[in-house]
Amino acid sequence: MHYLLAESGVDRIKHAINVICEPAPFFVLSCVALGVFLIGYRFWTKPVVAAIFGGGAVLFYALSALDPNFFLIIAKPDNVPISMMMLLVGFFTWLAFRQAAINDARLEKGEPLLEAGADDKVLVWPDLVYTEFIALILCTAFLIVWAIYLRAPLEQPADPSVAPNPAKAPWYFLGLQELLVYFDPWIAGVLLPGLIILGLVALPYIDKNPRGNGYYTFKERWFVITTYMFGWVVLWVVLIVFGTFLRGPNWIFFGPYEFWDAHKLAALLNIQFRDIVWIQALGRGLPGHWLVREAPGLAFIGFWFTGLPFLLAWTVMRKVYRQIGFIRYVIAVQLLLWMFLVPLKMAFRWTINLQYFVAITEFFFNI
Amino acid sequence: MIKWIREGQVWNSIFRHGIPRDRRTRAMAVLSNVFLHLHPVAVRKSGIRLSFTWCMGGLTFFLFLVEIVTGVLLMFYYRPVVEYAYNDIQAMRSGVVSMGLLREIHRWAAHAMIIAIWLHMLRVFLTGSYKPPREFNWTVGVILLVLTMLLSFTGYLLPWDQLAMWAITVGSNMARATPLAGHEGPGAAFLAIDGVPLIHAGSDARFQLLAGTFVGPNALLRFYVLHCVFIPVVVTVLIAVHFWRIRKDGGISGPL
Repeated sequence: MHYLLAESGVDRIKHAINVICEPAPFFVLSCVALGVFLIGYRFWTKPVVAAIFGGGAVLFYALSALDPNFFLIIAKPDNVPISMMMLLVGFFTWLAFRQAAINDARLEKGEPLLEAGADDKVLVWPDLVYTEFIALILCTAFLIVWAIYLRAPLEQPADPSVAPNPAKAPWYFLGLQELLVYFDPWIAGVLLPGLIILGLVALPYIDKNPRGNGYYTFKERWFVITTYMFGWVVLWVVLIVFGTFLRGPNWIFFGPYEFWDAHKLAALLNIQFRDIVWIQALGRGLPGHWLVREAPGLAFIGFWFTGLPFLLAWTVMRKVYRQIGFIRYVIAVQLLLWMFLVPLKMAFRWTINLQYFVAITEFFFNI
Repeated sequence: MIKWIREGQVWNSIFRHGIPRDRRTRAMAVLSNVFLHLHPVAVRKSGIRLSFTWCMGGLTFFLFLVEIVTGVLLMFYYRPVVEYAYNDIQAMRSGVVSMGLLREIHRWAAHAMIIAIWLHMLRVFLTGSYKPPREFNWTVGVILLVLTMLLSFTGYLLPWDQLAMWAITVGSNMARATPLAGHEGPGAAFLAIDGVPLIHAGSDARFQLLAGTFVGPNALLRFYVLHCVFIPVVVTVLIAVHFWRIRKDGGISGPL
């Protein structure tokens, strides 16, 4: 119906943004933005440039809030922390990379770091104690104001017979819930969170780079920092934002300025890797036994987790392999491959509607 | 009058040093106070620069203390029983003003704590402060991060409203897909004796978490105990280790 009405310029812009925010462009653009930021970090973190872009982003967000549909979502009490998180993540990323840019420039010129001066000591009382005291008071004041102006949510009493649509986990787990679009619960909800914890714990034991210990730098640790920022900003923060703001009823995508219509349909015809191989490529039926049937998928996954590490150690990661040794390399590369299986699967879903590489539904073993 | 108090026996029994005006008394102020004694007497000047530390670890700890204080007060007015839980929260909101405010602060501080601990981790990562000799303390920090999120997750259920119940339903449903230990997890079907499955809806990981096959009264009690006693105690112990290790590993990090 609304297509019959004349569209204003604002409507057209909103429509374009709605389209850009669809899963594939949203994720790809996030990756590109991170890449562009990291490559040109010395330029982007200049105070003027950062102020223009940061201010522009805040302004855009504020203007977007004028849209009733967008406001409805971001103004949900439990979604307010997410807006705060985006602001804080942006600010602190800038702060860290600004100092990294300064330090890297100084290192190149052989000048002392921002953090230099190991013997330059001050007394904890008053210098540190006062800083802590002020931080504590500001934090308390902030919490009280927050609590006065925004009531914590309390919906209808719990009722097991009435499921809300969409039913969402607490916001900090929504990145994982978003992954349920691409993976079965045993991967998205159990394995990947486990691997994230394991990977974080393993990080200091894998990263043998002695440089960049105790000061901000990007140049000296670019690989580790890029990996971490990809995992943390894109795979964690961006997916939380996506899962909260852009997933509506039935976990279907809704653009930021779109009304959450529970009757919206998303036509999806997902196919299995085995169908592509056996039916489409070889032109025959599916083999009876699951092991034969899933052989192509298993071969691919097998190559991904066992063949690729050899290939990488032999080619692009040769230097890394030599630096950190066999055991560290195996652990690091497995963690990395699990991490990059996520965007790989996403890409296959967006391009050929792939549901599973391996679909042994008999044992709930689907990858 | 002030002078009389300061020179009296009571004052001097509490504060065993003069007003912190010179180096010696300032050092004493830190050393002779059990709480301030978490700190060393002197720290590197660049280490406590706000743009370096962001104060996020400290704020996470402070928010944890806020949660304990407000949480204990809330416990006076809340009963973890399906019949009462929702009404108790409702009463807090509509009844005594300060109680309502306590609940809001408790919830918002929980969200803030999660953001603060993420940013603390980001800072520690980007300054390379997890590198030797601080590897183990980073590990402790990762566990604290997980526990912080579990604290928030278990607390999410307690208001016993629709938001709470279904968020926990979605979250805990993941457990039934645990490999081997969940009844819809890969490999669980192999764990059977004479065709009788060991792992089923009434025995799997999700059942252990919820003490039932759905989010019901047992889950509420279980989450309440986890939220108010078990996890906070573990977190407290680990925070002690975390802080102690900061000192033992050379204080706030800086260039070697």
